[in-house]
Amino acid sequence: MSTTMDRPTPESGGLAPDDAVTPTRTAGRRKLPTILGVVTVLLGLRLLTTSRSGDTTFRLAVDSDFAKLPDAVLPSSATAWLMLVVCLALTAEAVRRMLARSRQPLWLPIVFALAWMIGFLSWEAAGSRISIVSLLAGAIALAIPLVFGALGGVLGERAGVVNIAIDGQLLFGAFAASITASLTGSPWAGLVAAMAAGALMALVLGLFAITYFVDQVIVGVVLNVLVVGLTNFLFRQVLTPNAESLNSPERMRGLPIPVLGDIPLIGPIFFRQPALVYVLYVIVALVAWSLYRTRWGLRVRAVGEHPKAADTVGIKVNRTRYRTILLAGAIAGLGGAYYSLVSVSGFNREMTGGAGYIALAAVIFGKWDPIRATLAALLFGFAQNLAGVLSSIGAQIPPQLLLSLPYVITIFAVAGLVGRSRPPAADGVAYRQQ
Amino acid sequence: MSDTDKPKQDDAPVGAPVDVADDSTADTRADAGADAGADREARSRSMLREIASGDALSGVLAVFLAVFVGSVMIAATDDGVRETLSYITARPSDFFSALWDAISGAYSAMFRGAVYNNLVTDPAQQWRPLTETLKFAGPLILGGLGVGLAFRAAMFNIGGRGQMLLAGGAAAWIGFRFDLPMIIHLPLAVLVGMLFGALWGGIAGLLKARTGAHEVIVTIMLNYVGYYLVFWALTKEWLLATPGSVNPKSPPMKDSAILPKVLGDRFNLHFGFIIALVAVAVVWWLLNRSTLGYRIRAVGENPNAARASGINVGRTYTVVMMLGGALLGLAGVNQVLGTVTSGVSVDIDAGIGFDAITVALLGRSRPLGILAAGILFGAFKAGGFTMQASENISVDLVLVVQSLIVLFLAAPPLVRAIFRLPAQEAK
Repeated sequence: MSTTMDRPTPESGGLAPDDAVTPTRTAGRRKLPTILGVVTVLLGLRLLTTSRSGDTTFRLAVDSDFAKLPDAVLPSSATAWLMLVVCLALTAEAVRRMLARSRQPLWLPIVFALAWMIGFLSWEAAGSRISIVSLLAGAIALAIPLVFGALGGVLGERAGVVNIAIDGQLLFGAFAASITASLTGSPWAGLVAAMAAGALMALVLGLFAITYFVDQVIVGVVLNVLVVGLTNFLFRQVLTPNAESLNSPERMRGLPIPVLGDIPLIGPIFFRQPALVYVLYVIVALVAWSLYRTRWGLRVRAVGEHPKAADTVGIKVNRTRYRTILLAGAIAGLGGAYYSLVSVSGFNREMTGGAGYIALAAVIFGKWDPIRATLAALLFGFAQNLAGVLSSIGAQIPPQLLLSLPYVITIFAVAGLVGRSRPPAADGVAYRQQ
Repeated sequence: MSDTDKPKQDDAPVGAPVDVADDSTADTRADAGADAGADREARSRSMLREIASGDALSGVLAVFLAVFVGSVMIAATDDGVRETLSYITARPSDFFSALWDAISGAYSAMFRGAVYNNLVTDPAQQWRPLTETLKFAGPLILGGLGVGLAFRAAMFNIGGRGQMLLAGGAAAWIGFRFDLPMIIHLPLAVLVGMLFGALWGGIAGLLKARTGAHEVIVTIMLNYVGYYLVFWALTKEWLLATPGSVNPKSPPMKDSAILPKVLGDRFNLHFGFIIALVAVAVVWWLLNRSTLGYRIRAVGENPNAARASGINVGRTYTVVMMLGGALLGLAGVNQVLGTVTSGVSVDIDAGIGFDAITVALLGRSRPLGILAAGILFGAFKAGGFTMQASENISVDLVLVVQSLIVLFLAAPPLVRAIFRLPAQEAK
């Protein structure tokens, strides 16, 4: 074996934490109280250092609702202080449970998050109106491609293939979807093309990473650059001169589901989406179920955790890996179609804006689990949307702070400060049959 | 982390740390290789054979292949070529001359933009493209050194973008905020930039050393944190914002903080390239002649063996990432105080943070290799802009060729398969 000197590619050894250094561990018990405490103090500081007056209006209904919920009008400063007290109480409860060495229940962080968010929003949006529906629906809209990308990432990494190229798969999917949908006049054909494009990228990744043992991190990084160059080149040389015929796909519109879409609050957020989003609901459920409950899922996890053992019991390691990343690529590619067929109509240079890297963050923050990664992607989408909503109502929170939140908490997550994220054991490690 | 990780070590041959088989590092290999098992030794030997027998050929073929793909892309998107293709059976000569025009036009434009321009008469202007190449090469070399140094410790510095942005922002703040004599102002701005780059890179090294967090993830995330941090600084007047402007761009640099031109004002080549040359020499000395370099290589080769022989692995990780960050910081400073002195913005890195990875890979993490790779990619960049201007071929073609070169170089067996060369003998 050689080196960084003779071979251009050193080996990252996957994304597993390094064992040559002895990590300092924060005690798991102290985690929740610490986080709640810090977050509560932040809200308290905000309330102490600024002042607000007036009312905050939370709109719960949209005009087309079957049964309208009334607007909730809350006195800004009283609500915020009340919620701060609630947060303090919950933090105290968490500390008490820590000292009593009893389990922290799941409702505690959920209630805390709700109280904190209500307090924060009523403080920042004093004197203006916030539509809860558009806040959450916007979050979903921003999160959809992230969820697709994160699912693709989770699948690949559970099979032991690190996919830094999620961004490239999204971008290439968006590109292929736009051209195909424009040529055929059918957005559905665009979706198929996006899946094919994502799978093609995965095939290239597999060719280098699985067949030729090139370090997966390097292949991923280089593939991203390659796709940016390729799509930018073709956009300028081919798509721009022929925008009418090649880059004007029909946009996928919202498709309300009859009964579910009429439920107040939930309907407009979840069930008045374009068809692609319903496809996503199905994919999330399918991936989560099949990864843990089917023979296929067991095999995928086996080749990701201990390929040699899997090989010994007759599982074809590299064939399983290929199949899994092709599927993962198709899912990520589908997410790309969201950009060029749903968000806007048509492809544009680097239109994913690095979303693939947020999806990667969601994979890690979601601890390589499909459901948790989906929730992480939703959380990141919410943070992004909140940044936009707050700056549009003139709040004084810098939007850049909220936009950088996904990345900061992912760093905390890998460093073990907020729940340690551990990748599959053989993640990023090519398998050579002996 | 111990017991749970044992199985992974056993069945993860290529995940194991990188061996060093270079003559200058033979001493380290003997030292650290002592711990490795017999199978590792066998693998090392077979890999050595693979490299010794005709790897250079694969390298040349990789570049050839990438340029060929680039040519196909030029031809396929050229109007003349597509027009003549429609009647290729009637008049094939038309098609081939169109093909030749398109491809030779593109590459001669690149040459005119990167090396020597025969279309002007003034001899100084004729060689001007070469100075442009060197100007573009400066930050690429510095960035490549930053990434390559980390590679030598088997670490991945994907965080070039963030390190460049932070360093560029900090250098710019010094550069336009103060009025100082040049002899103090310029070095101060450069040093502060380096310091910020080092801090930003050091975070990843420190986290790896203290918590085991993988630097790939941390540096990628820090890119975006750095981006939003600089973006935020560009909205605050006490930091980088231009008073009275909503544009996210800082005021221009003061003259006393601008890197002077090397060949007079007629050429854009500034002292950044000289800094890059000095950095090449320093990094070469550091890696090959200093104790720290020995530690870096030993850790890169086998961190467990390095720790067993008394090297503080965690500290080495932190130091390497700080040095790498400082070098990428210099690349950022180079942009802000040399190439684009009109003020810092969030796109000041111009993709160099990622290009640096390809430069380091092409240069195989050797300082002199990185120098050559940086000049080559600088030439691609300079030539690419001329190609876009005169032949209307998108400069993004350069990105494609660049990344293909690196991909093909990374997988010599693939290149051999494509050219139907005999496979390397089995191990």
